[in-house]
This record gives sequence, structure tokens and C-alpha cells, in this order.
Amino acid sequence: MSEPPISRGFRARKRPDGPANRVPPGQHLVNDFPVLSAGPTPHTSLEGWSFTLEDGPSPLAEWTWAQFAALPQTTLKVDIHCVTTWSKLDTNWQGVTIDTLLEAAGLGEPPELFTMIHCDGGYTTNVPVEDLLDGKAMVATHFEGRPLAPEHGGPARLLVPHLYFWKSAKWARSLQFIAQDEPGFWESLGYHIYGDPWREQRYAGD
Amino acid sequence: MSEHADTNAPLDGNSAAGLLHELFAVDLTSANVTCVGCGTVAEIGRERAYGGAMGVVLRCVHCEAVVLRMVRTPAGCWLEMLGARNLFVPAVEG
Repeated sequence: MSEPPISRGFRARKRPDGPANRVPPGQHLVNDFPVLSAGPTPHTSLEGWSFTLEDGPSPLAEWTWAQFAALPQTTLKVDIHCVTTWSKLDTNWQGVTIDTLLEAAGLGEPPELFTMIHCDGGYTTNVPVEDLLDGKAMVATHFEGRPLAPEHGGPARLLVPHLYFWKSAKWARSLQFIAQDEPGFWESLGYHIYGDPWREQRYAGD
Repeated sequence: MSEHADTNAPLDGNSAAGLLHELFAVDLTSANVTCVGCGTVAEIGRERAYGGAMGVVLRCVHCEAVVLRMVRTPAGCWLEMLGARNLFVPAVEG
């Protein structure tokens, strides 16, 4: 069985789904912003909202909405990839990076190697610390220049765009540092523990 | 208040029928499930279904706690019922 070095039928593939270097395998592009939630949309008042950093069971720092809004803000223009196979290019977000949160909390370095994100409504997801640092992730409060709509996770959601979008937990309220990686809501029911769209890590074992 | 229709509105539990049928030989949509959180007994078809294309997240019609979760992956079906105290499947008549 030998193959010719160059396939005669080879030609540039048409790419209706956009540039291949921006669309991970098995994904297709959308222009709208589909809503996928594991539960009802909470409508948390800004007065009652806070965001907490925790080391295991111990709180490290907490910000009210006003305090959070006063932290240095960062904007990110990124592509996002949902495990249900849609991808959306060039989305614009504003929020506070995890680096900034650590600095504001007076933490020279994160206390543990893994995190669990906890949300209104009980949703959780796990992300290794290194995937949250160096500007790779933020707690986002604005999308396309406007306050983040409740159905998309407002007042604030995690944004970790290089992982499948279930990791970008909506209605985020605390970031807990944990010593051992643990599965969150979807990760404990068949979804991949890490979720890299470029390696198509959709399900456990991928 | 939302200025447009809620695109996160749940489906009713009957939408879970297809996935449930992959695991159970009987139609479970008329089975009664008891919520661990509040004790409410309701037909699965009346519960609230979230999760969209990721899977079924069935929530109590009364307190919205998760009573049942299901995910279909290429490797098989996952089921978690930590939020259900029991499941009552009525006898088939006739």
C-alpha cells in the first residue's frame, strides 16, 4: 500500500465556516449568541452582589459591586467556542482579569493549583489556575460595550475563552482555590475535566 | 425586568422523553419523582427541563432544585439522580 506523494485530487478546501486557524475541529460559526443554561436565570440585584476569592473554605477577599467596578478594567476581543459545536468570532468583553483580582487581594501568587468557580443557582466548574492567569481569563461584566445581560450571565460571568464555553461560568460569585482538581457540574456528568476545544476535549476520555 | 422574551425559559419535562427512553424501557414522563430538597412529588413531564444541547437538567417544578441530570456522550449515557428521593413508575393497566 503506497500512496502518491501528492494526491491528484488535492485542492484548497472551501472554508464556509471561516478561517481554519480560528475555528476548532467540529465547530461551526454563528452570528447570534445562543443561550444555554443549566437552570433558571437568577436576577441578582447589584446591591446584593459580591465576588469572593476563597482558599478552600477560607475567604481571602470580597468585593461589592461598586468595589469591583472600581478595580482596573481590561477589555478582551476573543473567539468563543461552545461544546454544542457553535463558535463565535471577535466577541468583545470588559471586566477584571484574575491577575488583577489576585493583585487587589494582595496575593503574590495563587495559594493552590486548581480552582472551582461557584455561581448563583449552584452551578460550578473547575479550571486550573494557570488557565486563569497572564490575561487569559477575566470576570466579565460587559459584552459588546453594554452591561452583560442576565441570560448571558450578568451581572458577571467568568470568561476563559480558550476552553469550551461551559467553563466560562455564568452568574459567577466566587473563585475558590483548591489543592486537587475536582469535577464541576458538567464535568461530573460525562463532560471533559479540562475542555480544550483545539484538542476537541468534549467528553470524558476525549 | 427583561426588555425581551426570556430565551432561557425552561422546556417541560416531556422534552426529556427521548433521552430517558435511551436508558429506561418504560415511558418515564408520567412517573412521579420526589424532590430531595422540598419533598414535592411531580410527574417528570411536569418538571422543568434545562441544559439545552448539553443534556437534560430536570428541576423541581416547585423549588427548582435539580432532581435528575442526563448526558448522552458518544461513549454512552450518564444519569445522576442525587436530587430525587424516589421514582414511582405506575403500573401499566390492561
